[in-house]
Formats: sequence, structure tokens, C-alpha cells
Amino acid sequence: MFSSDYISRLSRLIFQVITLAFVSLFLILPLCVIISESFGGGLKAYLNAISHPDTLLALGLTFLAVIVTLPLNVLFGIVAAWALTKYEFRGKSLLSALIDLPFAVPPVIAGFILILYLGKHGVFGSLLEKFDLNIIFSTPAIVIATLFVTIPFVARELIPLMQEQGTEEEQAAVSLGASTLQTFFYVTLPNIKWALLYGIILTVARSMGEFGAVSVLSGHIRGKTVTLPLHIEILYNEYNFTAAFAVSSLLMLLALLTLIAKEFFFWKLNSGGSVHQVQEDTVPGDPAS
Amino acid sequence: MKKTGSQNHFLPGFGLSLGFTLVYLSLLVLVPLSLLSFRALSLDGTLYRDIFQDPRTLAAFKLTFASSFIAAGLNLIFGFIVAWTLVRFPFPGCSFIDALIDLPFALPTAVSGIALTSLYVRSGMVGRYLDIFGIQVAFAPLGVVVALSFISLPFVIRSLQPALKDIEREYEEAAISLGASPISVFFAVIFPAIRPALLTGFSLAFARALGEYGSVVFISGNMPMKTEIISLLIAGRMEQFDYDGATALAAVTLLASFMILLSIHLIQWHYSRKIQPRS
Repeated sequence: MFSSDYISRLSRLIFQVITLAFVSLFLILPLCVIISESFGGGLKAYLNAISHPDTLLALGLTFLAVIVTLPLNVLFGIVAAWALTKYEFRGKSLLSALIDLPFAVPPVIAGFILILYLGKHGVFGSLLEKFDLNIIFSTPAIVIATLFVTIPFVARELIPLMQEQGTEEEQAAVSLGASTLQTFFYVTLPNIKWALLYGIILTVARSMGEFGAVSVLSGHIRGKTVTLPLHIEILYNEYNFTAAFAVSSLLMLLALLTLIAKEFFFWKLNSGGSVHQVQEDTVPGDPAS
Repeated sequence: MKKTGSQNHFLPGFGLSLGFTLVYLSLLVLVPLSLLSFRALSLDGTLYRDIFQDPRTLAAFKLTFASSFIAAGLNLIFGFIVAWTLVRFPFPGCSFIDALIDLPFALPTAVSGIALTSLYVRSGMVGRYLDIFGIQVAFAPLGVVVALSFISLPFVIRSLQPALKDIEREYEEAAISLGASPISVFFAVIFPAIRPALLTGFSLAFARALGEYGSVVFISGNMPMKTEIISLLIAGRMEQFDYDGATALAAVTLLASFMILLSIHLIQWHYSRKIQPRS
């Protein structure tokens, strides 16, 4: 018979080996492939690919989508989390479920819904025709699709934290004569800043990487309505693999920076403000769904 | 959690914040979604009949739901092993692995798609070894499963980690000292404690996999009847401006996935009623 100590050491080893093998094969290997493929044509080809005018235009559009999406969804996230956590009212759980709804809608269907909404045959169709505006297959469509898929991220990060913090500090501030804005900026914001930053990071990551919704709404007009992920698709389908991977390596770099920032914010959340401990392991909002 | 009770609307700004939230959500989410449902309800019934009679559509439905289910199931097994190792058997470099778990969330799906494809094609780094055994991953249904497992990997692990941390080891030790085998300890002590977390992780992974588009279009090869997923069919209808067909497909897909998620929630609720909160 084996001693129980032997069995527990053996099972420990088996678990660790499987984990290491699984993580290296499934997570680390894809990263290595991106790097090796993108430098497959040498450094010069790599630099040519990432400085190509089409790449820069795609980068610009991606940047624009992020710049417009971020402030709107940050504002929404803060206001929605405030409304859901600082007051009691009926239908609260329904509202909370509604905020999560964009997570549950497949991106392609989200894109389709927005076409029905904004297209020529949509609600505003006649209005748009009157002013000769075409929203779908143009830049605004990409921005609105990005807006749709990233709605829940900031709110999802703030709600559990603000729920835990309660309203006592805000009530104290208001009863001492602070205005609502003062209360928010001097009392609430310092308490939620790291969670807010994490929500911002998730929003940025997802808005840069969104593919499905943007793909069906963009019309794939090269140099006009193509974001970085769509540009990768075009290059890949043209068998221009080196360039596709070179552009991918840029997005991979941003993804890794996101992960580092995430670790930093969690560390800050758990080490700073000892009064309000945040559970690290709540399922994070999903930047890529 | 604190309830403010009688001091309910003591803080100013209730109307404004709730109003803004509702208007924003209505404009961006509710109105567009209800448009789809109105359109879906007013469609001719034959369109729905066609969906269930067209072999190509049926094949896409089968592939999407089956591969999402398999991917979420695989994540359940490997997710448990990885989460267990990270919580119970930490080793040097563990925190690096822990940080890396979220990579599929952070990496744009198009990037994941082309990276996985080049790994698993016949000449790829992994594919060439699988090819020896006659296993084809890229441009085959198996590729869809691989892509879906990759993008939904973090859900199970991230749901399991806090649950595993919460398990009190005394129960396991008691069971072992009473002579229980490791397998019976798992099923009698550990599994009941992590069942809610497993269900949550599974349903999140499944829901995410059902809607995935970016990574699958690269690795699957998009062959009709063989490796075509529903999202691709919907995108195809839209490209042909067949909005009625796209509406019917989208409505059926949304309904099916909502119903599956609802039934998982009901199972969850069933168990949470049976097990009263420990306090």
C-alpha cells in the first residue's frame, strides 16, 4: 500500500503538470505563434506592415471608436451604479439584468439589431433619408456598435463595490452641506477610483477588439470603415499572413498591457483602502464577449 | 450589504440618475431589441418553418450548440484542474499563470482566431503532430470546439477560484481520516460545495461560446453543412439584404440561448433552495 502522504504528493504533481501543460499549450503557444509569424518576413517587413497607410487608417478608426465610446460608457456606468446602489426602488434587479443584457446578445445579432434600428428601413429611416444621412456602413455605425457591446463593463465593476460601501459616507457629506457633485467627487470617487480604472481598461480592451458587431455594420470599405481587427481579417483573407500577424502583434501588446494593468488595479484595490476590501475573484466583466 | 430603509431617498439625485440610466439603456438596448422582437413576431410563419426544414441551417444550429456545449464541458474539466492547482497546489510562477488566465478576454477574437488557425493547420506547430494521428483541427468541426474552448476558458476558472478558497479543509480531512478515498471525498465533500460555481461558470462559458464569431470564422473554414456556425449564416443573410431571413434566424437563436440560460438558472435556484445558506 502507498502511504497517504505519497498519494497526496503524487496528486499534487499530476495537477501541477496538467496545469502547466494546459496553460503553455493553450495560452502561451498562441502568443508565441503571433510573434514568430509577424517577424517571419524580417524586421523590415514587420515595420512596413505596421506603418502601411491602411493600417494607420484602421488604427485611427479604432482609436476614434474608443475615444467616443469610453466617456459615454464611463458616464453611464457611474450614473447607473449610483442609481442602483445608493437608493432603494422597485424593479432594481430587473434594471440590473437589463444592464447585463448586451453580454447575452451575440455580437453578430447585435450588429443586425443596430441595422434594423438605424438603417434606411429602420425607425429613423425616413428622417435619415430626409437629411441624406447614411449611418450604417459608415463610421458612426462602428462607434454605435462599439458603444452597444461595451455598455455593461464599467457598471459591472462599480456596482458590487458601491453596494458594499453603502451610503453612510455620502449621507454624512450631504448632511454637512455638500452638494451632490461635491459629494461625488470628494467622497464617492476616491473610494471607487481603482475599480473605475479597471472598468475603463476592460472597456478599452473590448472596444479595440470588437469584431462580430463591427464586422456586419462596417461594410468593409477599405481605408474608410475598417478597424484594426477588420483590417487583420482583410489581410489574412488576402493571404498576406505576415502583415496580418504584424498588426495582430500590436493588439496582442495592448492585450498584455491590459492584463498587467488589471493585476496592478487588483493589487491596489486589495492593498489600498483597508476599510473596503474587494473580492478579487468575482467573475470579471468579459472584455471580449 | 446595507439597506438605507427609511432614509431611502436621503441622497439627492435619485430622479436624475435613474432617469439617465433608463433613457440611455432604452435608446441603445431596449428599443433596438424590441424592434427585433416586433419584426420577428410579424414575420410570415413559413420563414420559421424553412429554418427547421433547411438542412444547411439545421446543420449550423447543431454545430453551434453542440460545439458550445462541448467547449463549456471541456472548460469544466480543465478549469477545475487549473483552478484547483492555483488554489491548493501553488508553485513558483503561479501568479503569472493566474494573470494569464484572462488572456482570452483581453485578446481581440480575430487575433485569437488567426493565431489558433496557424497553430492547428496541417503544417502548423501543433497541427503537424496531430496530423500524424489523422486528426484534423483547423477547417474541421474540431477547430470550432478549440476556438470556443479558448475564448470561454476564463469563465469556469474565475467562478471556481473563490468557491475553492471558501471550502473548509476540516471536512476533507475528517473524511480522509475516516477512511474515505480521494474520489469519494471529491463527490461527497468538494463537488456539492462548488456545484453553484461550476454551473455559473458553465453557463457563462456556454453563452459566450454560442455568440462567438471572430475566432471561429478563421479556424472553421466556413464550409456549408460542415463547419458553418449560426452567426455566420446570419451575417450571410445580411450581406444579401435578406433581412427577414436574418430576423427569423436571430430570433430563434436568441430565444434558444435565453431558454438554455434560464434553465441553468432554474437548476441553480433548485439547489440553492435545498442547501440553506451556511452561516
